Amino acid sequence: MSDNSSTSSVTRLAKRFKAKPSSSRRLGLRQQLLLQLFMFTIAASVMYPLLWVISLSFDPRNILRPTELRLIPPGATLENYRQVLIQPTPNPVSWPELAFNSFCLSIGTAIASVVVGVFAAYAFSRLRFAGRQALMISVLTVLMLPAIATLPALFVLLNKVQMSIGETQFNLRNSLWGVGLAVLSILLPFAIWNLKGYLDTIPKDLEEAALIDGCTRNQAFFRVTLPLAVPALAVTGFLGFMSTWSEFAISWQFLTNPKNFTLTMALYNMVGQYAGNTSWAKFSAMAILVALPVSVVYLYLQKYIVSGLAIGGVKG
Amino acid sequence: MAVTESIFQFVARRKPWRKKINPYLYLIPAFLVMGVITFYPMGFQLWMSFTNYGIQNLRFDAPLPDWVGLANYIRILTTNLGLSNFDFWRILGFNLFWTFSNVIIHIALGIVIAVALNTEGLWFKKIYRAIYILPIVIPQIIVANVFRNMFDPDYGAINQGLALIGGLFGLSPDVFHIRWIDQIAYPISGVPLTLSYFALLITNIWLGWPFMTIVATGALQSIPHELYEAADIDGASGSQKFWRITLPLIRPAMVPAAVYGIVVTFNLFTLIYFLSGGGPIRRTEILLTAAFRLVNEQRLYGIAAAFCAYIFFVLLGLTLLTNYITRATESYEA
Repeated sequence: MSDNSSTSSVTRLAKRFKAKPSSSRRLGLRQQLLLQLFMFTIAASVMYPLLWVISLSFDPRNILRPTELRLIPPGATLENYRQVLIQPTPNPVSWPELAFNSFCLSIGTAIASVVVGVFAAYAFSRLRFAGRQALMISVLTVLMLPAIATLPALFVLLNKVQMSIGETQFNLRNSLWGVGLAVLSILLPFAIWNLKGYLDTIPKDLEEAALIDGCTRNQAFFRVTLPLAVPALAVTGFLGFMSTWSEFAISWQFLTNPKNFTLTMALYNMVGQYAGNTSWAKFSAMAILVALPVSVVYLYLQKYIVSGLAIGGVKG
Repeated sequence: MAVTESIFQFVARRKPWRKKINPYLYLIPAFLVMGVITFYPMGFQLWMSFTNYGIQNLRFDAPLPDWVGLANYIRILTTNLGLSNFDFWRILGFNLFWTFSNVIIHIALGIVIAVALNTEGLWFKKIYRAIYILPIVIPQIIVANVFRNMFDPDYGAINQGLALIGGLFGLSPDVFHIRWIDQIAYPISGVPLTLSYFALLITNIWLGWPFMTIVATGALQSIPHELYEAADIDGASGSQKFWRITLPLIRPAMVPAAVYGIVVTFNLFTLIYFLSGGGPIRRTEILLTAAFRLVNEQRLYGIAAAFCAYIFFVLLGLTLLTNYITRATESYEA
C-alpha cells in the first residue's frame, strides 16, 4: 500500500516538473499574432467560397449575375429557395421529386451494399479457406477501378434489358433501377473492403469465447460480431449514401427522362453551358439545398469516418 | 443400433465438410451480385474493346458489331481517332503531373497547418478546427460547381475579390479580367499549363489539404512530449525539432494518406469535368474525363472500352507503385 502511494507521489512530482517547461514554452505575443494571421488567412480562404454562395442565395435582386461582392445582400430573402423548391430547372420537376429520386437511389444502394457486403467482409476477415487470397485480390482489383472504367459495358448491357408492358416501354438502362445496379457495382467492393477493415479491429477473443461456450460459427457472427459492427455498418452505409448522393457520371449517361433525374443532374443543368438564364442566386440556393443534408450528417459522423478511412479505406 | 451409428458417423463426417463449405456460403451473396454487375460487364467490355461497337449496335435486336482486333488499341496509342486534340500520351502525362503536383502541395500544406494548429497556447483553436473541416464535409460536386461560377471572368468571385485587393494597391479592375477557364494561351511562357490547370489546382488545394491536416494532427498528438523536452535540453532549434522529430514520427501516418490522395486525385473526375470540362482544347483532360466523353459525347463504345482497358493497366501500375513505396518505407521504419 505504502509502496503504491509513494510511486504516485513520485509521478505527481514528475508531472509538476513537466508542467514547468511547457509553461515556459508559452507563445510570445508576437508569435501568437503571426500565427493568428496565418490561421485567419487560411480560415478566410476556406470560408470565402462558402460565404459567397450563402450570401448569393439570399440575394433579393432577381438578377442573373452578381456584379459585386456583398456579404449581406440588402433585403435578404428566401425567394430563391422557394423558386428552387418549386422548379429548379426548366424541366417540369420540383425539388422534392428530384430529392426523392436521389434519396431512394442513395439509400437503396447504400443498404444493399452493406447488407450484401458484410457477409463477404466477415469471411475475409475471420475465416480461412482455399482461394481467399485470389478472391480478395479480385475485390481489390474492382475497388481500384473507378465507376467510369466500366461505364461502356454497363451502359450497353443494361440497355439490352428492355420490355414493353402494354403501352409503356421499360428500359432498365433508362431507369433509376439501372443506375442503382451500376452504382452498386462500385459500392459493393468498397463496402466489403471497408467493413473488412473494421471487422479486423474487433477482437477475435470475443468470438472465440462464444465458440467455447458452444456457439456455432454462424451464431458467433450473428450474435457477437454483427452487433459490435453496427456503428461500422452505419458509417459504411453513410459513405455509400454520400457517394451516390453526389454521383453524376452514371446517372447523366443513363437517364433521359427528367422525371427520373437526380439532384446532381439538375444542379449540372444550372451551371456552365446549360445555365444560360438560370440566375446564380437560384443556383446558389440549389447548391446549398443539395449539400446541406449530407454535410450536416457528415459533420456529425466525421470523427468515425476519418478514423475509418485510416483503418479500412487507405489500405486499399 | 446400426442405423443410429451410421447416422452418427454421417454427422461426424458431415461436420468438417460443412466447416469447409461455410466460408463460401458467406461469400455467395456478394460474389453473385458482383458476378452479374461487375465481372460479367468487365469481360463483356474486354470483348467490346476488340469490336467497332457503336450506336448502331445499341438496340437490343441489333446485329453484333464487327470484330476489329487490336485496331481500337492501336488507334488510341497512335492518336488516330479523328478527334481533335485527343492525344492519349498527353492526357496520360497531364494526368500524372496533375496527380503528383496536387498531392505534394496537399501534404506540405496539410503538415504545416497541422503543426501550426497544434502549437500550444494558440487562441481560437476550436474555431479554426471547425472551419478547417468544412472542405471535407461538403460534397465535391457542389464545390466543383460553385468554383465553376467563381472562376467566371466577368461575374466570378475570384476576379472580383482580386480586383478588390488590387484596388487597395491602386490597380484597375480591368487587370483582373482573367479568363480562368477558357484562355488557351499559356500564362507562363514555356510551361505548357493552361490557366484552367491553375484554376483546378487552386480548387483542389482548397479541397485537399484538410484531409492531410486531420491525418497529420492525429499523428502529431501521438508524439510523446518527452522527445521535444529532451531536444530542448540538448539545445535543438525549432527547425531541427521539426525535421528530426516531427517529420519522421508522422511519416508512418502520412504515407498511407499520400497513397490515398494519389489514387483519389488521379481519378478526380468530378472536379475536372465540372470545372474546366477538360478544356480548353482538352488541355486539362484526365483519363477518366476523356473516357466519359468517349461514351457520352462521341458514343464510340468500342473505342471507349479499349480506352478503359488502358485506364485499368495505368491504375494497376499506379497501385503497384504506391504499394511498393508504402512497403519500402515500412521496411525502412522497421
